[in-house]
Amino acid sequence: MNHQLKLSVSPHIHSGRSTAGIMRDVLIALAPATVAGVIIFGWRALLVVALCVASSVGFEALYNLIVKREQTVGDLSAAVTGLLLALNLPANIPLWQCVVGSLFAVIIVKALFGGIGCNVVNPAITARVFMLIAFGTMATQAYPTIVDTVSSATPLAQMAQGTTPALTDLLLGLHGGAIGETCAVALLIGGAYLLIRRVISWHLPVAFIGTTFLFSFLMGGMDVMHALSMVLSGGLLIAAIFMATDYVTSPSTAWGKIIFGLGAGLITCMIRYFGTYPEGVSFAILLMNILTPYIDSWTKHKVFGRGGKRA
Amino acid sequence: MAFSLHGVHVPHRKHTQDQSAARMAPPKTVTIPMSMHIGAPARPVVKVGDLVKVGTLIAEAGGVVSSPIYASVSGKVTKIPDILLSSGTTAPAVVIESDGEMTPEEALMPPVVNSRDSLLEAVRASGVVGLGGAGFPTHVKLNVDPSRIEYLIINGTECEPYITSDTYTMTERRDDMAYAIEALKTYLGIKNIIIGIESNKKKAIKSMMQLMQETAKNCTVSVKVFPSIYPQGGEKVLIYHATGRVVPVGKLPIDVGCIVLNCTTLAAIGSYLKTGMPLVEKCVTVDGGAVKNAQNVIVPIGTSIADLFDFCGGLTVEPAKVLYGGPMMGIAIPDMTLPVMKNTNAVLALTQKEAALPQTTACIRCGSCTNTCPFGLAPAMFAKAYEKKDTVLLEELGINACMECGCCSFVCPANRPLVQTNKLSKALLREEKAKEDKRV
Ligand code: SF4
Ligand code: SF4
Repeated sequence: MNHQLKLSVSPHIHSGRSTAGIMRDVLIALAPATVAGVIIFGWRALLVVALCVASSVGFEALYNLIVKREQTVGDLSAAVTGLLLALNLPANIPLWQCVVGSLFAVIIVKALFGGIGCNVVNPAITARVFMLIAFGTMATQAYPTIVDTVSSATPLAQMAQGTTPALTDLLLGLHGGAIGETCAVALLIGGAYLLIRRVISWHLPVAFIGTTFLFSFLMGGMDVMHALSMVLSGGLLIAAIFMATDYVTSPSTAWGKIIFGLGAGLITCMIRYFGTYPEGVSFAILLMNILTPYIDSWTKHKVFGRGGKRA
Repeated sequence: MAFSLHGVHVPHRKHTQDQSAARMAPPKTVTIPMSMHIGAPARPVVKVGDLVKVGTLIAEAGGVVSSPIYASVSGKVTKIPDILLSSGTTAPAVVIESDGEMTPEEALMPPVVNSRDSLLEAVRASGVVGLGGAGFPTHVKLNVDPSRIEYLIINGTECEPYITSDTYTMTERRDDMAYAIEALKTYLGIKNIIIGIESNKKKAIKSMMQLMQETAKNCTVSVKVFPSIYPQGGEKVLIYHATGRVVPVGKLPIDVGCIVLNCTTLAAIGSYLKTGMPLVEKCVTVDGGAVKNAQNVIVPIGTSIADLFDFCGGLTVEPAKVLYGGPMMGIAIPDMTLPVMKNTNAVLALTQKEAALPQTTACIRCGSCTNTCPFGLAPAMFAKAYEKKDTVLLEELGINACMECGCCSFVCPANRPLVQTNKLSKALLREEKAKEDKRV
């Protein structure tokens, strides 16, 4: 009975968590926002989503084939990138731009830096910023198809004109904007799912959203409705819950996440109030992505028995 | 106390926790390695052909940090070969062919203990080493200035999955434990005893509550029940949760006034003090999906794993892995001729399914490893530093604080070999140090 026994270093059991499992959870968490986006913006939104996901996965597969790397599309991270990119685009975007955006995200931002885990900035966010600069892609001219009111401009644009959008419209997402960013309810459901599944922790989203709320509250003359509108619009929720929490490009420790959230919230508000773009979330995250290695080194845990837990 | 240290919820799989232990008849031969403890190997004092009885000294301690070894069966010494141990080192082993009688050595009698020195000598002579797995000679651990000992912490946490041999000790060998406690109280002046147990061991908790009452004279004894979160039984983890004290990196428990003894270690000392029979047998949890009848078995030390499995009804399927100890920190062994040793508390035969590990993929920087590490270490950073062979950074990151508990590898979604890398990193650091020492 002396067949080969497997030898390996402990531990000999595993929790069963996997990268693919985590990415699957993110996809599930994004499902409500995706469905809402399609309902609000119509079949064109579905087309954008399908195209971004398919081309992101396709480009990653192709790249791996060409450079003869192990196939990684099974970890679903390319699908997440594609979906996140799509949800940050307006439904009426020219389709070829979706393909170019996906190419940029998956190949330039991720693959060329060494693939999953090695990219410095978030692929979807960076691609979004690239498209804004290269094609002038703005979500501001995308209007819901299920409501035919003219008031369906983006809330930030409305606020710039001095009107406050209705809260129900904000919660349900019945206003202009990117496919997945408008329906706050759907995004919050997704966020709750990620928290329950422990895919993300509360620190980063709460710090990010909280900072934005507080800053807007102060800037808007202590007006709660104004502050709420700032939080519920302009892609803040999808960014705080889904994009800023990207493991690869955000800090690992609780304090690090809080600092990231604070910083991202502040930069977002600066751009919104003092900048020329009504938006700011993408730039804020991009900047914080770049600061992440520093935040990580400032917020390292103290080693137990060397300052950790005192003593 | 401040916050608890992090840890993980491991599956308990304590199938054998409500059973007593079966006593195995002596196997045909036992193979007793001379290196079953940390420190110098013991030196055989028997030759081939010698007749021995249960408890006959077969090897004397090979140095101060070492431990004597006794025959676990009666019979004849047939050979003293070198064998390859699971640690990868080779050591001599005394092979005894059993006569099936288990005749005890007549010369044995309870040691005379009337002072600290005679107690320490008795502990040394008992052959007892850290039975929780570490195998550090207990008499060395106890040989400190008694005024430094503020707490004796008895480790009954048994946080590894499957293993219940300590639970057996706590529920059925309370008298032995009490006997040892009395001696330690009297001759080492111990004033505070904390018995630490995990919450999932209801019977053991009850029994230890009773022990607490029995031994409380001239001493405060408390039973502390901790959540069943792995690695509750890690020495420094237990000290922190029991006393709030933090053992500095590179220091010993005694540096913060604590001595930690595993409950079975304590029972083994008690039984020697009471009867004079040294450590010759072990209660071992035999479990794992490949084992027919999972159970706790009391076996002579030196019994081969194969014989042990046979006693438990054999293996139902070919195991993928056989382990000394639990699945979080246990050692995978290459073949089943290896023996049960002093510090063996479990032998597991895991099926393919139980031993299945996910594929290793790229680190996604999720932070799970560092957020789970009880000691706040950053395993993903160790891995990067190791890749660059950056020993300075490794040291700075605190690699030597790592207790190899396995939490980080357990939770890593990319199944990175973090513990393995940590072990390699430590070895690298040791090499570097050795080189430097040579240069000086
Ligand atoms: S748990 Fe694994 S994947 Fe996550 S940061 Fe640590 S090593 Fe990387
Ligand atoms: S780094 Fe060491 S102490 Fe920390 S979880 Fe990993 S094995 Fe345990």
